[in-house]
Amino acid sequence: MTKFKDWLVAGAVLLLSKTHPSRRDDEQRIVPDAPPDPRAETWVLALFGLASLAAVGFIVVYALDRLSHQTQWLGVTLGLALAFLAAACTVIGKRLVATEELAEDYPQPDDHVGDQEAVVEIVEESGDRLSRKRLLKLGGAAAGGSLGLALLTPAVSLGPVFDMSRFYGTPWTRGRRLVDERGRPYRADGIEEAVFYTAYPEGADRETIGAPVLVVRLKPAALHLGSHKPVAEWAPQGILAYSKICTHAGCAIALYRKPTFPVTEPRPAFVCPCHYSTFDPATGGTVLFGPAGRPLPQLPLLVDPRGQLRARGNFDQPVGPSWWGVRMEKPNP
Amino acid sequence: MRRLLVIAVALALPPAALADPPPSGIVHPSAPPGTPLVELGYQLYAGNCSSCHGSKGEGVPKLGAVEGAGDVPGAGPSLRSVGALSADFYLRTGYMPLDDPGHQPHRSRVLFSNHEIEAMVAYVASLGNGPPVPKPHPERGNVAEGLHLFTSHCAGCHQVVARGGYVTGGVAPPLSNSTDVQIAEAVRVGPYLMPTFSPHAISDRQLDSIIAYVAYAKHPDDRGGWSIGRLGPVPEGLVTWWIAIVALVASCLVLAGRLKS
Repeated sequence: MTKFKDWLVAGAVLLLSKTHPSRRDDEQRIVPDAPPDPRAETWVLALFGLASLAAVGFIVVYALDRLSHQTQWLGVTLGLALAFLAAACTVIGKRLVATEELAEDYPQPDDHVGDQEAVVEIVEESGDRLSRKRLLKLGGAAAGGSLGLALLTPAVSLGPVFDMSRFYGTPWTRGRRLVDERGRPYRADGIEEAVFYTAYPEGADRETIGAPVLVVRLKPAALHLGSHKPVAEWAPQGILAYSKICTHAGCAIALYRKPTFPVTEPRPAFVCPCHYSTFDPATGGTVLFGPAGRPLPQLPLLVDPRGQLRARGNFDQPVGPSWWGVRMEKPNP
Repeated sequence: MRRLLVIAVALALPPAALADPPPSGIVHPSAPPGTPLVELGYQLYAGNCSSCHGSKGEGVPKLGAVEGAGDVPGAGPSLRSVGALSADFYLRTGYMPLDDPGHQPHRSRVLFSNHEIEAMVAYVASLGNGPPVPKPHPERGNVAEGLHLFTSHCAGCHQVVARGGYVTGGVAPPLSNSTDVQIAEAVRVGPYLMPTFSPHAISDRQLDSIIAYVAYAKHPDDRGGWSIGRLGPVPEGLVTWWIAIVALVASCLVLAGRLKS
């Protein structure tokens, strides 16, 4: 017990006693002498104390676990602890560590003329042993150039360079049924006006860019598909199908605006949520607004004798965001 | 002198005439107590709705073809088969009456008493064979299923946290003030540019889940701390740029300040 008491007293003395650093003569000092600053020291001690309190507060909040706004309290306590610690360090740096500023003049530029000439001479003379300088330079250029080319090669993986054929492929073939998310075939009489549906090709990979299509029903009188798209083939019973992938940046078109009172309200349109490209389903997917550069690809439809919706063929143009030469070929299965 | 006076009066008149707008506002008929609900509804309808929806709810299909009371050039759809569901939605959200038939209806102060709304709903319901006011049961719904359905059907316009957004040509309103019944009604009505969702597309049971999710989205658990608008990186970036960076620059200036010699 007495030993413990001795340790305690020794520790207290060590902690609390003022240290007297051995002061050397002023002439031997590197850093200029400055008087002690007890006020700043007190500030530092107080800030250290506050930092410790805040850190303990963090532990307490963590342990209590049932405080309202616990996350906020954790953040506040930890943040305060760090802020107090930083403030203490700032005070030490600004007020307690002796600092001095020394200015040194830059040398005059013409002081180095001799040195520069010497460096040029050293470089020239070091190359004296090379007899086929031009060939060596050529070899070095070849090595550096091919290394640069090697580093650029992986960029080819960013996309096909010459063969674009797989961009034109879609899973839609004549007779393929349109099914919903759960694989149930869509029926023509189940497609209602003012509703929009997402359909997939039956039995094909739904993840490919050509797979998902939007299906809507419009009044046949409102359709203006043009003479090259007979309504019976492209909009049987007023039902239209378009690729769900925006032709601008390839986002999924998730918005269908449908006027409740068409006299005063904007016309029906598909809207891409990414950049607000707006496509008109009544006119073959033409762009009404936004950055898309070409119409939404349309899928021709047929209604089979059982009343189910099937693709009549493939899209009228390639699916997905555009690339150079996008208009050169037709999509294929 | 007299002529000058006449000119002065004539010059002064037009601004005075412009300063007094024609009398307008909500008509509250003074029906005696005991008037049948549909009769009161008809009187309210005639005074407040007929200029755009026609004297018998048949609609005014073209702008300027005035058929209703007053001389407001109106245009509005037929209410013949919209039923109590639609009337209840538009009146209780303050979407109707609309100040200009070309504007998008927006949530505003309801200008009718509850009794008057019930009367008008009863009158519109009597016009044709329309759906009744729905009775959703969000307590039977499943929030997780609701999130899934909301993401696939609604989030494109209303955002996944139901805070609203834009379509070209219209505004998708935030759902923070929508009641359960109003959400159920809006899904079936498809007000303004919103698509209609029939019970085939979204069943009543799925609708319960969607309503349960919207109720959750009004007050979600912000486990990460304060929500700062739940708008994602934008407000977080504002906090970073306007508070954190200012504080950092200020402390750099303090730390690196040159000694005063």
